[in-house]
Amino acid sequence: MMETHDVLIIGGGPAGLACAVELHKQGVTDMLVVEREAKLGGILRQCIHDGFGLTRFGESLSGPEYAGRFIEEIRKRHIPYVTDTTVLSVSPDRVVTTVSPSGMRFIKAKAVVFAMGCRERTRGSLAIAGERPSGVFTAGVAQSYINLYNKMVGKEVVILGSGDIGMIMARRLTLEGAHVQAVFEILPMPSGLPRNVHQCLEDYGIPLYLSHTITDIHGASRLTGVTVSEVDGQLRPIPGTEKEYACDTLILSVGLIPENELTVDAGIPLDPKTRGADVDEYHQTEREGFFAAGNVLHVHDLVDFVSLEAEKTACSVAEYVAKGCLPICSVEVVPGQGVGHVVPQRVSGERDVTFSLRANRKLASCSLEVLQNGVAVMKRPLRNVVPAVMLEITVPKAKLSPSGIVEVRLV
Amino acid sequence: MADTMVVDVQWDQELIMRQLFDVLVIGGGVVGSAIARELARYELSIGVLEKNLDVCDETSGRNSGVVHGGFAYDTGSWKAKLCLQGNRLMGDLSAELGFDFLRCGKVLVGNTDAEYAQLERTLAQGRANGVQGLEMVDEKRLHELVPSVIGKFAMYSPNSGIVDPFGLTIALAENAAMNGVAYFFDREVEDIRRVNGIYELVTNDETYRCRWVVNAAGLGCGKVSDMLGITGYKVIGSKGDYIILDKRTGPLLPMPAYPVPSNTYMGIHVTNTTDGNVIVGPTAEATGNFAYYGVYQKNIDYLAESGSRLWPHIRKQDYIRTYCGILPKWVDEKGVIQDFKMEIKDDIAPNAVNLVGIESPGLTASVPIARHVIDMMREREPFKPNVAFNPRRKGLVRFSRLSPDEQAELVKENPDYGQIVCRCQNISKAEMLEAIHNPLGVKTMTGVKYRTRGMMGRCQGGYCQMRIAQLLEKELGLADTEVVYSRKGSNLFVGKVREDKA
Repeated sequence: MMETHDVLIIGGGPAGLACAVELHKQGVTDMLVVEREAKLGGILRQCIHDGFGLTRFGESLSGPEYAGRFIEEIRKRHIPYVTDTTVLSVSPDRVVTTVSPSGMRFIKAKAVVFAMGCRERTRGSLAIAGERPSGVFTAGVAQSYINLYNKMVGKEVVILGSGDIGMIMARRLTLEGAHVQAVFEILPMPSGLPRNVHQCLEDYGIPLYLSHTITDIHGASRLTGVTVSEVDGQLRPIPGTEKEYACDTLILSVGLIPENELTVDAGIPLDPKTRGADVDEYHQTEREGFFAAGNVLHVHDLVDFVSLEAEKTACSVAEYVAKGCLPICSVEVVPGQGVGHVVPQRVSGERDVTFSLRANRKLASCSLEVLQNGVAVMKRPLRNVVPAVMLEITVPKAKLSPSGIVEVRLV
Repeated sequence: MADTMVVDVQWDQELIMRQLFDVLVIGGGVVGSAIARELARYELSIGVLEKNLDVCDETSGRNSGVVHGGFAYDTGSWKAKLCLQGNRLMGDLSAELGFDFLRCGKVLVGNTDAEYAQLERTLAQGRANGVQGLEMVDEKRLHELVPSVIGKFAMYSPNSGIVDPFGLTIALAENAAMNGVAYFFDREVEDIRRVNGIYELVTNDETYRCRWVVNAAGLGCGKVSDMLGITGYKVIGSKGDYIILDKRTGPLLPMPAYPVPSNTYMGIHVTNTTDGNVIVGPTAEATGNFAYYGVYQKNIDYLAESGSRLWPHIRKQDYIRTYCGILPKWVDEKGVIQDFKMEIKDDIAPNAVNLVGIESPGLTASVPIARHVIDMMREREPFKPNVAFNPRRKGLVRFSRLSPDEQAELVKENPDYGQIVCRCQNISKAEMLEAIHNPLGVKTMTGVKYRTRGMMGRCQGGYCQMRIAQLLEKELGLADTEVVYSRKGSNLFVGKVREDKA
């Protein structure tokens, strides 16, 4: 009993929702959005703070409000979606197996859109030394417990990592009566957005210690404290700088990893830098008919850019469904000096293209350059560039040619 | 509902105070649980006193999960004899009790002439111990067995294997409980008295009375032995740290690969697990602190470096967790590690079975140890067989391991199988519920983790832990402040964020 659809979207978070609505606008109606949770919205459901939508909607919304804008459109347009439904497997020939309490489904789609988002890096993956008491939470888990499950996770809090969710949780925990002692960041600069440093830490008098990390965790049952050390230029703890902090809660905001297990199962190669699929300017992966959008492709700084990216992906998917194929993109794109990663990784050189990228270090003033065959085709001066902020640059087709490696760099 | 439960508990407590158990086993690890289960084959009232809130919280659950072949121990030792027996029965036992076991073989990998000579000695010892199938293999054959391992030759032990150590211990304990054994958690024995031929075990809670007592206290074996009046055993801890790698690495390692062992230490090895992960470890450090389960940074770095000399796929991005375990080693005055000690000192402590220094290969040998214990007891008292004993236990049905057709059928029968709670390993709500309502009455988060593997995947509970905590609360009627991660006091929450509106 194989069902068929033109498009199957895996994930009903910000990327999946925006993609579905835009696809519908483009005239694609035979689609299905598959969401594993009981409700649409993804991670936005637990992000009750505001600041979402300034770019996409020109106003400041909370996470649920932002998601609500898209969910309303989904309902208005009668776009089919299922919740409480988990994708068990995706085959290389685009057969998607799902399960929910009402049964299994086997769906063959012309196009599959990966919109699974990302997961948090854990204590285990960083291999932080020490005991393993309760009271150590990733920021997103703590946020979920507090905002969705009404559970207070602790009273005396230390935060490792200045990622955006960590800083937002510093404020959230403070507002709920916990005492946040400090945020420690291993890098010499904050990992999250400057606005969160101001609004979540400075405004609440929470100190941020750069070039510090946690080197030991104490407590046989519940957390009793952590050891914090300064780190050197190579991010190695400096012996003799250890300080003890008594606390019952440690929040980790130490990075996000695109959730690409299904992508890998479908035999699709990932870019080791983004840990998302290697895609062309249509956001099509190296396997035809598979597309990706949002944090599953590369970790974004703002949800607005996730939505905008997913809407672009939707346009490509609509074109693919209509024509049965998309032009080949054989021009390789590589991150050059100062750039951590760049998306897309392949372009045609025959259309306008927007590159999304991240700096790999802080730069007071620099030039964002796009080169092809070693020759600069675009230059834009930038100031105060930090890795926390995603950069974009659009190159008109006139400046590109269909052959020769493209390099994006910050010099 | 809640009121009834409270009354039940009080009544039960009174009964315990009055009850005289035939046998009380101190320690609910793999050995204590194997003993309890073997005892349940007889008409006896049996209790297990466990200081933690679940079985396998200490040494039984914190090891390499290897079913040893029996070649590494001195010929004629209990370790050699019982390990071999345990190895041979593991296949039938896993079928009977529904836990994961894989007879995948194992290689000890060497490079130098000295190592070759050492392996030949190990092989000769293994043959003398009665181990079958051991052979030296050359580089070509080694790489057919384990493609990516780094080495010039190896000793291959085809009958070695891997087991889910949580699964084995829980299976033994749950089957014991299903056959009438009473498990008491959070009961640490603090003193033992013998009054008119009856043992009184004073715990942090009630005092429990019994005719027979078994010291299966693992790391606490020396302390309990002292309480029994059998003094003089020196027990030291050997602490080993491990790294666990993502399941993506599992297919790269079809069987455990060890370096050439020294006389006292098996060395840092890489081991596949029955769930498809790879573990790297252990280090070996003497410790007197049997309650410290921290992992040291220097050891994590050393494990990766040392393990990489044997197997080239240890990458930091595949780390999902670190852990450690402590082996209780009985040593003589010179510090030389001794054999398993299994004794009944009729003159000092009659009707008390004293087990000391049950370390590796205790997991492999758990059931033969238990059988030997019961033989010793039956030499002193005839036990009447329990005709109602049922040796079989059905393990959890693992949704993720079934074919799509079987999965579809299962969801039709029970929709909870269609509700996926753990995304990394596709573990269903039905499995979580079965684990929450386990026969031992364990109520902790790790109780669910060890039974289902929830929170053991690459996201380490990032997605499922909230759901598991909520299910525990709902199903067992726990308050927010009663949700415990693993050990007593390891509470997850300090309360609600907002009080519920009336």
